[in-house]
Amino acid sequence: MLPESKQRVVITGLGVLSPVGIGKEAYWKALLRGQSGIDRLTRFDSSLYDSKIAGEVKDFVPEQFLDRKEIRRTDRFAQFGVAAAKLAVGDAALELGEEDPENIGVVIGSGIGGIETLCEQHSVLLSKGPNRISPFFIPMIISNMAAGQIAICLGPKGPNFTVVTACASGANAIGEAYLMLRRGAAEVILAGGTETPIVPVAMAGFCSMKAVSTSNDEPQRASRPFDKNRDGFVISEGAGVLVLETLGHASARGARVYGEVAGYGCTADGYHISAPEPEGTEAARAIRIALEDAGISPDRVDYINAHGTSTELNDKIETLAIKKVFGDHAYKVPVSSIKSMIGHSLGAAGALEAIACALSVSTDWVPPTINYEQPDPECDLDYVPNQARQCPVRVAVSNSFGFGGHNAVLVIKKFEG
Amino acid sequence: MADLNDQAIFEKVRSIIVEQLGVEENAVALETSFEAMNADSLDIVELIMALEETFGIEIPDEAAEKLLTVGTAVEYIKANS
Repeated sequence: MLPESKQRVVITGLGVLSPVGIGKEAYWKALLRGQSGIDRLTRFDSSLYDSKIAGEVKDFVPEQFLDRKEIRRTDRFAQFGVAAAKLAVGDAALELGEEDPENIGVVIGSGIGGIETLCEQHSVLLSKGPNRISPFFIPMIISNMAAGQIAICLGPKGPNFTVVTACASGANAIGEAYLMLRRGAAEVILAGGTETPIVPVAMAGFCSMKAVSTSNDEPQRASRPFDKNRDGFVISEGAGVLVLETLGHASARGARVYGEVAGYGCTADGYHISAPEPEGTEAARAIRIALEDAGISPDRVDYINAHGTSTELNDKIETLAIKKVFGDHAYKVPVSSIKSMIGHSLGAAGALEAIACALSVSTDWVPPTINYEQPDPECDLDYVPNQARQCPVRVAVSNSFGFGGHNAVLVIKKFEG
Repeated sequence: MADLNDQAIFEKVRSIIVEQLGVEENAVALETSFEAMNADSLDIVELIMALEETFGIEIPDEAAEKLLTVGTAVEYIKANS
């Protein structure tokens, strides 16, 4: 339970770039409709690749968010970050000009930063030599630059940093922002994640690890978390930014509140660079820590937004971890993975999923796990198969587990004053 | 590029500036300084690189430091290509 002196943290704005839509309205509508954003790859020629599918963000027009000069000096991942931040601030009706910028921080996660620019410039190095490398190269590729650019483009001068924990980056970013707000280091923090990894060498790397789905003939059915015939995750891109505020600051300006960040748990498997620890011990512990932090017992959880990548190992071990924490209640609580629809956006995933949880607690709707056709005996929970479900969601738990064994869990609850 | 006249050089330089600095074409005249177009140090380096590539010349650092306006850049290119 929080001591009296600690601030409560609420979510007041949501900014989304996803394979199923840009903006929270399009995003939520698509998720509840069970729409897939996965299709054949268009960002590069994938003929030589085992996996030829991805969740690309459609119709992103950088000029809607940045001027020409800014676009030239930002990698796609930073463009996405700035765009999502602007959408979130707009959604929150947060007038930055009327706020003290020193009180507004930025914490944005990214797994790999500006890899697209890195690869393009490396080709220049090989073909034209070192003297032709862009002077913008370093600032464009470094992973902190989405957070840096958000400050440059929007003006916040509060604590500003990037969290890198692979597929848990977005969740860790939100968790760390929550801790800072709770202790009063800022009054508002733009928190989330951004990732644009759909580039040849990254895809080749994931293919080589046999981590990604090769169900190329039916792209929309390829991401099938918890299903018996799942064959790997589908790589995708995206960005999610949440406006987090102390309750005091949000109330003072009459902000609309989606939900409250009530708990955060963070542990490490300390096991393997890519495989989860088979007993899910530390994953379970991260869930427990988050719930204890929130002062909420497992039986009060109404929805679990799973990491649910559609890999053999994650889905099985995550199921085990859920059972360890929830016992019998594991069989009663709906568990769904929106990666079934938007694929795995790596550093952005935790943020996009937290946004889904915020919308879930504020609307009492739970998005489905689509493509659920054949149950797996080792994954025997209620995964909200194929159809969204309307049910009271007072407490949602969001799991994110990253390569390297990084476990990050958030508890988001309905705001009731 | 020896047969390019002043106007042709200016137009090429202008199109590079418009693309890289995000300014409008009619804001670029011979007297316009790069500073006035909000070019920072990284912009200048990129501009010099683009001029080198476009006109097939080398612009050493000491010379580059003196190119403060569109006009001086055009003159340098004419003298060295």
